[in-house]
Amino acid sequence: MIKEIITKYETVIPEQVKVWEKVAHVNDFPLNGGLAFYYKGLQVAVFNFTRRNEWYATQNLCPHKKQMILSRGMIGSNGEEPKVACPFHKKTFSLKNGKSLNDGVCDLATYPVKIEANEVFIGFNE
Amino acid sequence: MKIVVVGNGMVGYKFCEKIRQKASAEKVEVIVYGDEIIPAYDRVHLSEYFENQKVDGLLMATKEWYQTQDITLKTGELVTSINTEEKSIKTHKGNVESYDALVLATGSAALVPKIKGVEKKGVFVYRKIEDLDQIIQFGKGIKRAAVLGGGLLGLEAAKALMDMNLETQVIEFADKLMPRQLDQIGSDLLKHKIESLKIEVLLGKNTQTIQGNGKLSKLEFSDGTELETEMLVISCGIIPRDELAENAGITKGPRGGYQVNEKMETNIEGIYAIGEAASYNQMTYGLVAPGYEMAEVAIDQIIGRKELLFKGADMSTKLKLIGVEVGSFGDALGSTENCLPISIIDQNLGIYKKINLSADGKKLLGGILVGDTGDYNILHQFALNGITLPPNPEDLILSSKEEKSTLNGVAALPSSSQICSCENISKGAIEEAIKSNNLENLAQVKSCTKAGTGCGACTPMVGDILSETLQSMGKVVRKILCEHFDYTRQELFDLVKVSGITSYDEFLSEYGKGDGCEICKPAVASILSSVYNDLIIKQDTIQDTNDRFLANIQKGGSYSVVPRIPGGEITPEKLIVIGEVAKDYHLYTKITGGQRIDLFGARIEDLPDIWERLINAGFESGHAYGKSLRTVKSCVGSTWCRYGLHDSVSFAIEVEDRYKGLRSPHKLKGGVSGCRRECAEAQSKDFGIIATEIGWNLYVGGNGGANPVHAQLLAGDIDSETLIKYLDRFLMFYIKTAEPLNRTSVWLSKMEGGIEYLKSVIVEDSLKIGEQLEQEMQQLLEVYQCEWKAVVNDPELRKKFTHFSNRLVGDPALKFNEMRGQKVPANWG
Repeated sequence: MIKEIITKYETVIPEQVKVWEKVAHVNDFPLNGGLAFYYKGLQVAVFNFTRRNEWYATQNLCPHKKQMILSRGMIGSNGEEPKVACPFHKKTFSLKNGKSLNDGVCDLATYPVKIEANEVFIGFNE
Repeated sequence: MKIVVVGNGMVGYKFCEKIRQKASAEKVEVIVYGDEIIPAYDRVHLSEYFENQKVDGLLMATKEWYQTQDITLKTGELVTSINTEEKSIKTHKGNVESYDALVLATGSAALVPKIKGVEKKGVFVYRKIEDLDQIIQFGKGIKRAAVLGGGLLGLEAAKALMDMNLETQVIEFADKLMPRQLDQIGSDLLKHKIESLKIEVLLGKNTQTIQGNGKLSKLEFSDGTELETEMLVISCGIIPRDELAENAGITKGPRGGYQVNEKMETNIEGIYAIGEAASYNQMTYGLVAPGYEMAEVAIDQIIGRKELLFKGADMSTKLKLIGVEVGSFGDALGSTENCLPISIIDQNLGIYKKINLSADGKKLLGGILVGDTGDYNILHQFALNGITLPPNPEDLILSSKEEKSTLNGVAALPSSSQICSCENISKGAIEEAIKSNNLENLAQVKSCTKAGTGCGACTPMVGDILSETLQSMGKVVRKILCEHFDYTRQELFDLVKVSGITSYDEFLSEYGKGDGCEICKPAVASILSSVYNDLIIKQDTIQDTNDRFLANIQKGGSYSVVPRIPGGEITPEKLIVIGEVAKDYHLYTKITGGQRIDLFGARIEDLPDIWERLINAGFESGHAYGKSLRTVKSCVGSTWCRYGLHDSVSFAIEVEDRYKGLRSPHKLKGGVSGCRRECAEAQSKDFGIIATEIGWNLYVGGNGGANPVHAQLLAGDIDSETLIKYLDRFLMFYIKTAEPLNRTSVWLSKMEGGIEYLKSVIVEDSLKIGEQLEQEMQQLLEVYQCEWKAVVNDPELRKKFTHFSNRLVGDPALKFNEMRGQKVPANWG
């Protein structure tokens, strides 16, 4: 079952977006933190990186132990790279491109985020 | 130039890794053939495959890695012949590939002795993943299995069979286990330990026939005895795979293998051999480290640098076999003439140590360690480098570990000594890398030198070399927090105090750089709490997940809830409330080690409701999620106990209530015992209080866990008031000066002057800070409030406990199973 879940997550680049799905009002988000978002069987972690005035979205599933948890992860930076750390074992991933910053852990799928009239939208390709 | 590598095992892989560090794809084209379908995997840890049957974790590198390195990898293709005239090879598929240099890394195959009946069903070898697949499959339908061969691999195989719940025997031809590494006493001890795990060991058994009608049913030995079994796993040794030699005219070694010189060249120009398939000086090497060294030598020759030479290798090993530590190095069996052995045997602890000295007693030739290999690294270095021994060489295996680390630390080693044997890196090379690249931490040293990246056994020594080198460079070894703050925790603590800043973000902008991370956020959060003791949930996203949601995250993403039960004393009414809450929210319940009750499996969105019920019944947060005071454990004390001197329960409750919610660099645990029988185990706590005839003894700096430490006496026969005063000072001093995530024991062990210095600060007030520490503690305790009460009463804070932004229901990925009538988490990757 877990295998099926993993293969469902695929990075969406802005050009591929067919649907912009409304997530919530910006004020519903914690400062410098994330929330999970449910869309067609997928769980997406959406991050409000207040300090950088940036928004990111990745799969919510941590590939290390296959846990739906990254939205509760702590965000920060590694050099210039914005990153999220999984609460379970502190595996870290780039928020920009989902790349794993630890050896031997798979990368994350990422999704485009846009803000319109203080509402947060995530882009999906279906 | 074009290099063809035949064989994609560990050494073949290492060749690929190292060649690309020396030559890019434009300069050197590399094509690798492996006859197995799977790319190179870690054969040293093959038995791990039995646990999960996942190949991924064992792979040396993925197929994608070869692509990124511009190396062509052809798996499942066996090279069948070499045309030395045309300089080309041919595969079983008929493909032909030309080469400028040919590297034979064909490894070895399992040695199958010529025993009658060896072809029967149920007889397997232990070498490749596909062998393991067959063993696992066959093992499902049977009850008994045997391993032929009591060497390293055979014992690994036996452990795997035991883990498959098979009744297991090990059969060894020699009169001892691991005959090449251990002497009789070492073998006896290992045998005893293995047999205690219900693996039977049969020594001195020469297997004559394998009986059975198509499928094996029993083994017959030359002494007339028999063994009934259903499966036989053969692990009697290895033979080099040198099939390509004859047709190509490559000379073989006396015991097989492609004969090579110290440049890894065979007798045919342009053809090299490395790893187990190579025979150097009439020897083949069945270990990884020499194979890796050969790969480096071959590369050095092929790319024309021609400096490295292979001069034979050390066959020393240190490993954990079936849970037993075994080490063997140098002349382990003492075969050098007139050598002087020193040994100790502790049958009680199951420890055997033996060292063989040279005839003049000045040098260490080799040795054997069974049951405790803590001394292996340093002893091995003594033997390898011919270091002159200290005057009482018996101390090397007799004295306690603490004494020895100062006696013979890395400083004593010459720079030529090999530190990392997997990657063959010397002490000098590590020092050089630190100096020329300005390395400052262990991670940098590991990634720059690769030392410690193999088996990892040398990592502590690499760390010591780093500290020593930095000090020799006149660098102060500063334990700065992370890339965002160029300060130690103690400096940050002072900065927080002096600046008066209460928000992390503001503090980072003022004193740090970047956007913070999972190291500095919780560390600064902890300091802010230790200085101001404000509600941590106000800055929830700088807290670790446990502190952020005021509960302990568990497998699957649910949380556990621990109400405070001071001193472990609880009324029946409160017990009933806990039971009712657990039933209503379907929580797993367990008594903790700290005399309280943990409720597991709570959904994040249920946490505020659960706590509302608990708070209404008079409970408070137990701070089980925080780096803060956990529990003060107590024995039943003088109210009930006929031996009790003082009322330990009342005092434990008083102390726990006093310091509850106090945030510190790591968790804090306490204990109070009513007499010296010590039923509260107070001496294993950060602070332990034990009743005496006239007052209390106060012990500090103990803990359980991975490295148990006994607490040390800070003050004796003091009254309750004095004790609280000292405890205030002690805890505050710890909070202000410890590094992040250092328990009091670690903090105390790093303190120059140790407990005597601590006594002078706390009891004698030598720094004249006693009063200040007490005041600072008092300020913190005055502002304490129960975090959960604050959340329960604030609708805005309650909103933070949600998983989804868009669904009011919880996470559908949370799944539970049942065990012994309670639920347990189901999903863990």
